[in-house]
Amino acid sequence: MTLVADAPASGPAPEAPIEAFTVTLIIRRFDPDVDDEPRWQDFDVQMFATDRILDALHKIKWEQDGSLTFRRSCAHGICGSDAMRINGRNRLACKTLIKDLDITKPIYVEAIKGLPLEKDLIVDMDPFFESFRDVQPFLQAASVPPKGKERVQSVAERARFDDTTKCILCAACTSSCPVFWTDGQYFGPAAIVNAHRFIFDSRDDQAQTRLDILNDKEGVWRCRTTFNCTDACPRGIQVTQAIAEVKQAIMRGKP
Amino acid sequence: MPENSAGTMTPRRPAGTLYRGREGMWSWVLHRITGVAIFFFLLVHVLDTAMVRVAPEAYNAVISTYQNPIMGLGETALVAAIVFHAFNGIRIILIDLWSKGAKYQRVMFWIVIGLWVVAMLGFAPRHLINVFTHAMGGA
Repeated sequence: MTLVADAPASGPAPEAPIEAFTVTLIIRRFDPDVDDEPRWQDFDVQMFATDRILDALHKIKWEQDGSLTFRRSCAHGICGSDAMRINGRNRLACKTLIKDLDITKPIYVEAIKGLPLEKDLIVDMDPFFESFRDVQPFLQAASVPPKGKERVQSVAERARFDDTTKCILCAACTSSCPVFWTDGQYFGPAAIVNAHRFIFDSRDDQAQTRLDILNDKEGVWRCRTTFNCTDACPRGIQVTQAIAEVKQAIMRGKP
Repeated sequence: MPENSAGTMTPRRPAGTLYRGREGMWSWVLHRITGVAIFFFLLVHVLDTAMVRVAPEAYNAVISTYQNPIMGLGETALVAAIVFHAFNGIRIILIDLWSKGAKYQRVMFWIVIGLWVVAMLGFAPRHLINVFTHAMGGA
């Protein structure tokens, strides 16, 4: 009742309290100490339309079952900790709003696929980061910048790889890839995106090394253009486009 | 307090849900299925055609076993698979080699489906009429 203070008269029904919904989440649980196999468990939580799946997970963990295990750090779509499969699609729990989901049906939440399941929604990310390291995701310049200056880059040269600088390494793309599910040796979209970021950087001089690394049996040619990665990326990176550009660079023999 | 009624709507698919991919993923699934099917057809086709080197009569005997409505329906499925695989193959080539291919992949998928429907509308009625008039009338 104190909420109506500054609402203009024309506003739609200002006295109505914000409506809360009962949302059912069905979470795929796995406790390696107790379970032989993962099992589904459902929880009912009271949520607002503007809440996120991460809020629902917090509510369950804090009020219903403290053993629910998941990763999250910043909770604002930057750290890339809370990628999980929500209603069958890889999403960040902290960027998925209740209002964007059909809450007349239960919401399925499970760990991302293709990486070893450790507990509940947590997977072992080591193979993912290993592929990331393998593409040398750091600047390697052979030249010395002008004394007291930085290496100059034109706006166009910077724009060339702008899209792939946005990656937060959440693994939503790599674990959405059907090729990665069945072939864990495949570098995966995230590693190729981070290679792309340096291959097309005009200041870098090791593009050829990275192209050679990715011109491997388990490199870019494993990509079957399913576009699951592009759809899953919470940063909107055109992942399949980036992979296609790396394929073309390998065929050209230069970036 | 803990209101979770564990077990009421839970036990289904312990292996996890099916990944809900979009046009790109399903076009890949179809491409793989049609590709494997066409491979097995070609394997058999190479063998039956090779019978002509054994004896013309042997070849004719094999081919005549194909002259029945069930094989006629199989031929329709074969053409459907090849037409999809061919058009989608062009789509994949464009995604890999055309700079705007990835951007227009979804549109191109529906163009592939459209071309497939047109091709099948041209082929299937004519072919099935042939198959079934021969089967009924006796050739």
